[in-house]
Amino acid sequence: MSEVSQAHPTYNYNVVKQFSVMAVVWGIIGMSIGVLIAAQLIWPELNFNTPWLTYSRLRPLHTNAVIFAFGGCALFATSYYVVQRTSQVRLFSDKLAAFTFWGWQTVIVLAVITLPQGMTSTKEYAELEWPIDILIAIVWIAYLINFFGTIIVRKVSHIYVANWFYGAFIITIAVLHIGNSMAIPVSFTKSYSMYAGAVDAMMQWWYGHNAVGFFLTAGFLGMMYYFIPKQAGRPVYSYRLSVVHFWALISLYIWAGPHHLHYTALPDWVQSVGMVMSVILFLPSWGGMINGIMTLSGAWDKLRHDPVLRFLIVSLSFYGMSTFEGPMMAIKTVNALSHYTDWTIGHVHSGALGWVAMVSIGSLYHLIPVLFNKTRMYSYKLVNVHFWLATIGVVLYIVAMWISGVMQGMMWRAVNSDGTLTYSFVESLEASKPFYFVRFLGGCFIVCGMLLMAYNCYRTIRSTEENVQLEPKAA
Amino acid sequence: MSSFWTIWISVISLGSILGCYLLLRWCLSNKTGVEEGKEMSHEFDGIVEINNPLPQWWTYLFILTMVWGVVYFILYPGLGSWQGLWGWKSSNQGILTIEEGKKATAEAKEQGLVVQYDREMEHAKETYGPIFAKYAQQDIETLAKDPEANKVGQRLFLQNCSQCHGSDARGGKGFPNLTDNDWLHGGTPADIKKTIMEGRQGTMPAWGATLGEQGVKEVVAYALSLSGRQVDQSLADKGQARFAICAACHGQDGKGNIAMGAPNLTDNIWLYGGTERAVTETVMNGRHGVMPVWKDILGEEKIHVISAYVYSLSHTE
Repeated sequence: MSEVSQAHPTYNYNVVKQFSVMAVVWGIIGMSIGVLIAAQLIWPELNFNTPWLTYSRLRPLHTNAVIFAFGGCALFATSYYVVQRTSQVRLFSDKLAAFTFWGWQTVIVLAVITLPQGMTSTKEYAELEWPIDILIAIVWIAYLINFFGTIIVRKVSHIYVANWFYGAFIITIAVLHIGNSMAIPVSFTKSYSMYAGAVDAMMQWWYGHNAVGFFLTAGFLGMMYYFIPKQAGRPVYSYRLSVVHFWALISLYIWAGPHHLHYTALPDWVQSVGMVMSVILFLPSWGGMINGIMTLSGAWDKLRHDPVLRFLIVSLSFYGMSTFEGPMMAIKTVNALSHYTDWTIGHVHSGALGWVAMVSIGSLYHLIPVLFNKTRMYSYKLVNVHFWLATIGVVLYIVAMWISGVMQGMMWRAVNSDGTLTYSFVESLEASKPFYFVRFLGGCFIVCGMLLMAYNCYRTIRSTEENVQLEPKAA
Repeated sequence: MSSFWTIWISVISLGSILGCYLLLRWCLSNKTGVEEGKEMSHEFDGIVEINNPLPQWWTYLFILTMVWGVVYFILYPGLGSWQGLWGWKSSNQGILTIEEGKKATAEAKEQGLVVQYDREMEHAKETYGPIFAKYAQQDIETLAKDPEANKVGQRLFLQNCSQCHGSDARGGKGFPNLTDNDWLHGGTPADIKKTIMEGRQGTMPAWGATLGEQGVKEVVAYALSLSGRQVDQSLADKGQARFAICAACHGQDGKGNIAMGAPNLTDNIWLYGGTERAVTETVMNGRHGVMPVWKDILGEEKIHVISAYVYSLSHTE
């Protein structure tokens, strides 16, 4: 199918453009903050004795910026694009779309203002205080109405698999965010969680792990299901596989939270249920990877010429790797070694950089020329350089954290012949230092790649060459 | 846990697994009405989907993990109040006191339950207990000269004491230096051991309200002069007249009182800093230092070895 441009002039591309550009901008900001705090772990002087530049305040800003600002904008952009294209209909409401864009940017700006000031609810990945939480909930419900409104008025009989994933992500994030953020305000900028003790911890990680499961996985699988077959020009490998892995993924993920609380005050039975479901979850996760990678079967040669496709496929490899690693780390005996070490950080980044960032980057490279009516990206060469910078950066990052993490776990549990611990904590920290440098280096590679991307996007958008074909040519 | 919740938990957790299994079974055979390997009838923005069967290895692995999950739920606690056939527990959860803990450990042993924490503690006791039992038979002064014992003591110190007293045991503001042979609560082996076993509290009352600003100034001047510091002599003289209230604890000569943990003011060693400003702060607002009780955490035998190590720090020949 190769329709000529302006075949669907009624689509709302404006909001998609806005979110796409902001995804690149927030990506650079969020990842740069990550590099800064990685550097602070090696050179603590880099906090310049300034409270709002300390690791403790910038770390939540980094996580919020990359997950909700970069990842969020990429999800908004692609979901608005995909739902229109696969439903053959304009967005349900342009006003709501504009509201979600400006609302979401306001949330991010408020995060940038409040987090460095030390205003925090102290819940990981949900640090923003209650007035911002309420704004998030309102924006999110507007998003939900707009997305499902579009699905309802669609012009095709079936709902495409990408939209199942986007839909599940939107509904579940609404439930998770509202459930976990319930708090009692004591002032405009401070509140305390409505839950207490182990219940609060469980709520937090029910939210926390499903921020991973639905925000960072289901949403991005939606992205994968559109942009991989589209970029490859190949049919999706198995419809039946997508049915099984979709329903199994969303029904199992929601249980996985307790694996963050192994060997804590959480009752044993909850820990067991969390661990069992996390292990079974391995297969539905791989279902998505298989379906994406096998979509390329018979067209592997395309990887040689198309750096955009390379981003998309390598992102799936990282997805497969981290969704194998995750269930393993959820097993109690493995967790006893890995918990609280850098291994967790490595695992998160193999997912967040390898999977989430790379699939977003690939999708954006597909999207930008289409949105701005250009034949292709300004420079494929730069896309290729970006691909290698990103890949090398991710590998440096995760390998450093694996080694450092396993080493920390081994050092913490090592005992002398008299039963005393062999190492003090600070000795394990000292041993980690070289790997912190490698991590920092990996981060620099990734940020350099993002800067190239920004330049490439800018040149693409500004180029005078007009588009002839809306569909990018299958190379 | 009430049986309602046990049933609730069992139904939804086993139901999730069963649901996944049924879905998998349903999709194993072709019910789409499209021949296998052919394209599905729907098409979205140019994307078509093929009706390929599920990969076999993936299907088997999926079933295997589900079976494993159910077996795990039979063997281990998971389904509400079901304890699991193996009687495994991570620890005796929900206990609030040491007595309750001891009782729960004994009961679990009687019932043949595998409490992982208890098992590990017991194993540690069996393996390492004899080493400490041997040391416990020697007195602290002898032990302090035993390099092996000191190594053990130092490791225990690094893990349990260095957070406040520092890795080199030289302390910090509010945390006594343990190497200078200046002892707030006494430096005999018995005193040191008692300090660690029972903990200590060192309270300096706030004198600001009683003495007034001028009064504090005078007393501080006198206190500093006791350590031979340069002060305004007229202030110090007035301070000496007021020193009676301090003498109750610090003694008439200012040399302190071990029985009360009142520091010696004549040795120019200052727990909370020796600048005029720091000493003024101390007299004005008081201080409160706490050494925690360690006997319940480490037990006497380990404390015996730590005491010897601490003793050795200020008794090097």
